[in-house]
Amino acid sequence: MSKHQEIEAYRQQLRECVKCGTCRAHCPVFKEVQSEAVVARGKISLAQALLDGKIDLDRHLLSDISQCLACGRCVKDCPNQVPTDEIILALRRRIGREKGLTLFGRGVSTVLQRPWLMNLLTRLGRMFSWLAFRKVPQGSGLRLRFPAPYISRDRTIPAIAPQAFRQSHPEFIAGDPDKPLVTFFTGCMINYMLPEIGDSVLAALQSLGANILIPKDQGCCGLPALCAGDGAGAARLADRNLDALTAHKADVIITACASCHSGLTKHFRSLGPDHAQLADKVMDIHEFLLQQGFVEKLEQLPRRNNPQPVAYHVPCHLRQAGLKEAPRQLLAALPSVRLVEMKNADSCCGLGGTFSVYHYDISKKLGALKAEGIRDSEAEVVATACPGCIMQLQDTLNHAGLPQQVCHVLEMVAADLKNAEPQ
Amino acid sequence: MLEKRIIAILQDIVGKEYVSTEQADRICYSYDATQQQFNPDVVVRPADAEQISLILKMANAEKIPVYPRGAASGFTGGSVPIKGGIALVLTRLNRILRIDQDNLIAEVEPGVITATLQKAVEEVGLFYPPDPASLKFSTLGGNVAECAGGPRCVKYGVTKDYVLGMEVVTPQGDIIRTGGETMKGVVGYDLTKLMVGCEGTLGVITKIILKLIPKPEAKKTMLVMFDSIDGAAQAVSSIIRGKIIPTTLEFMDATALACVRQNADLDIPDAARAVLIIEVDGERELLERQAARIMDIASPLGVVHTRVAVSDEESEQIWQVRRSVSPSLRKVNPDKYNEDICVPRSKLPDMIRAIEAISKRLEIPIVNFGHAGDGNIHVNIMVNRAIEGHEEKAETAIRDIFAKTLELGGTMSGEHGVGTSKAPYIPMELDVATIAYMKAIKRALDPNNILNPGKIFLEDQ
Ligand SMILES: Cc1cc2nc3c(=O)[nH]c(=O)nc-3n(C[C@H](O)[C@H](O)[C@H](O)COP(=O)(O)OP(=O)(O)OC[C@H]3O[C@@H](n4cnc5c(N)ncnc54)[C@H](O)[C@@H]3O)c2cc1C
Ligand code: SF4
Ligand code: SF4
Repeated sequence: MSKHQEIEAYRQQLRECVKCGTCRAHCPVFKEVQSEAVVARGKISLAQALLDGKIDLDRHLLSDISQCLACGRCVKDCPNQVPTDEIILALRRRIGREKGLTLFGRGVSTVLQRPWLMNLLTRLGRMFSWLAFRKVPQGSGLRLRFPAPYISRDRTIPAIAPQAFRQSHPEFIAGDPDKPLVTFFTGCMINYMLPEIGDSVLAALQSLGANILIPKDQGCCGLPALCAGDGAGAARLADRNLDALTAHKADVIITACASCHSGLTKHFRSLGPDHAQLADKVMDIHEFLLQQGFVEKLEQLPRRNNPQPVAYHVPCHLRQAGLKEAPRQLLAALPSVRLVEMKNADSCCGLGGTFSVYHYDISKKLGALKAEGIRDSEAEVVATACPGCIMQLQDTLNHAGLPQQVCHVLEMVAADLKNAEPQ
Repeated sequence: MLEKRIIAILQDIVGKEYVSTEQADRICYSYDATQQQFNPDVVVRPADAEQISLILKMANAEKIPVYPRGAASGFTGGSVPIKGGIALVLTRLNRILRIDQDNLIAEVEPGVITATLQKAVEEVGLFYPPDPASLKFSTLGGNVAECAGGPRCVKYGVTKDYVLGMEVVTPQGDIIRTGGETMKGVVGYDLTKLMVGCEGTLGVITKIILKLIPKPEAKKTMLVMFDSIDGAAQAVSSIIRGKIIPTTLEFMDATALACVRQNADLDIPDAARAVLIIEVDGERELLERQAARIMDIASPLGVVHTRVAVSDEESEQIWQVRRSVSPSLRKVNPDKYNEDICVPRSKLPDMIRAIEAISKRLEIPIVNFGHAGDGNIHVNIMVNRAIEGHEEKAETAIRDIFAKTLELGGTMSGEHGVGTSKAPYIPMELDVATIAYMKAIKRALDPNNILNPGKIFLEDQ
């Protein structure tokens, strides 16, 4: 059984915050909100006050604690590496337990813990989406026709896939017997919304001759539940994935979603030795491809005339894991891509788990910062390594009325692999 | 707690959403980098000088303390609301009003982050030199109120050397202007100099006119390693005596090096007992010659190894070594008292030797690093409050270090200010008549003592 740490367990780490204020230079939410209560130093002070009984879990405090993207910038740039992101999640779990989850948080947890429900809902959603949504005139995506709880009316979201990824693929795809056995952890976004990313991952893995396992029993990585403050739910999901992913002795477990990667590594490592052992096997697809010498392979593909200008958006969860350059290296090696720089490539897209649901206005401002960088760049395509970022960036571009397309790095890789095949 | 009536007035002045009495906000505006905590009764975030003027007039009538606050990165408790009252948060005044390339000046509001201004002026080939290590988050208002310095100040001077004029709201709520935008000006008292470094006790700064200079064409960074701290200290005095003023002349002692050696990207041999980071800047052709002259002077003083950065990246690696010192000191002992004494540059070797002797005598580690080129040493007395007697030893060390500093003709604080942390020691440096003169100014301008009360001077001094 997995178990999260209580907020009390962070007492010593809370003390290591020396109140220097460095985090004020790095927190994206603080940059927009400019209130000390949302920056790491403030949140740490609030956590300390809570432990010392100097403040109650009142409405105001709840709102402050909710204002975090879990992007990890404050930790990385803190001189004492105080784990503010973990502390905030521990606070949210405490809040979830003592005050109950919000309606939305409850919804997220209920649905994501029940794949049958998710399947049913997506099927219904597909059938009725013409009723609830209309297509965004320019750009790609859907917009709600009428108000719905927790989804802002002007938010655009991708269409639900005709068939879930895991339902349209066998559980095992044999490759070269000498090649490694790779487990593919798809995550919800790829499974239900953007299965074409999953197909691209398969194409890349197959070009290496890998044997691929797509366990049917895998579920949500647990990060949305964790962000919503549902500790128990997140722990249940983790246990279930532990079973599903250890059932077969794969050499490596691949993710193509930066958030799932964080869920299966950082989050898993906090849950006990069994989970931590599994976490050691998890690799981001880009990291894995680099390790397998994929760059050399791509460089051997015939060069193309007029490669397309592509910019890369760094997902916070890869940045945090120290993997932010891996996707860039793959992109740079692609024959049809001319990698271009954009301003704010490193800044957060604004999604932040459940953050953008509660704080869509701030989320949009962070998005606007991205749009500015994209507008001023030469890029025709923005490639990134996280389906969550893709959804948020597409929404951002729809709002800004920009023509650029957003896609996953692996989609570009798969397209070039296909182009190189003999016709 | 303040009466509802007062809160209503404040809400009228700045708008409801910019006034908070929530416990969460009171906690979050209670501290600065000293880690002392005193909750204000109310947090107010005004938008402009007019609002601040109304707030101060009301505070005067009602005798409510007002504590100006920038980013609260201060090292001496300057913004901490030790008597409750109003935390006056100035970060909404954050516009760069203009960058005047004809006259090389910038006009800014006080809430602008130091680095934001530097980036903006560098984009048009200009330069704002003062570079406190906190520049990515400290505000220019806080920099002016503390007269902040940084590594580049050896050559370029500190914040006060760049302030030409200001708009200030006086403690009684009048809006006044000091100085102007000309390079010269002697009409009336130099109120600009009075306001710089006043630690928010004499007025609230609402606009600042800053002098800019052309951005130097190139720079060269060197890491020079010595076999003794004495050699490094002597090198500093000799370089200055040799009539060379590098851009920066930073030093780190053996303990500081031990703290960073492990994590540094650079190889720092064990034989290195102290290092100097020396940077020169200016026209590209002149840099080689300057660097060579500096090495000629330093070499006979026990240099064991030298690294010269050949790229910006390598220069950054060298600076990273310096910047990682302060945070990594926890490895020595969990609690630190950090002082920033400043002595005449020729006395640096004497001061370092004295600190080493005090450390030995009291048996507590004291780590030294800082802006050697200014004679400004960051003295870090590392203790463990959990161990009995450590706190007393730290007190003794501070007094002894201050006494020696003053004996050598130095000052207790080069750049961090007095605030609450150094207030008890002020009589060691200033005589009775001088303190009385300063207090007379404060009393005349702020008869009700409502603006940042309890700072610089202890009440009973
Ligand atoms: C990691 C770190 C490194 C640092 N390095 C340096 C360094 O190298 N050199 C250096 O000099 N300092 C350094 N400091 C100290 C600190 O950053 C400076 O004193 C800085 O100038 C404070 O700016 P602030 O905006 O944080 O001001 P605050 O801490 O908010 O306030 C400082 C003082 O200024 C007053 N004040 C603020 N704004 C105004 C205003 N508009 N009008 C009137 N009064 C005002 C406040 O009342 C208070 O007395 C460092 C601090 C940290 C945490
Ligand atoms: S950077 Fe780290 S130590 Fe500094 S105030 Fe923020 S959380 Fe605290
Ligand atoms: S995790 Fe990101 S959003 Fe949350 S406090 Fe840290 S820097 Fe801010």
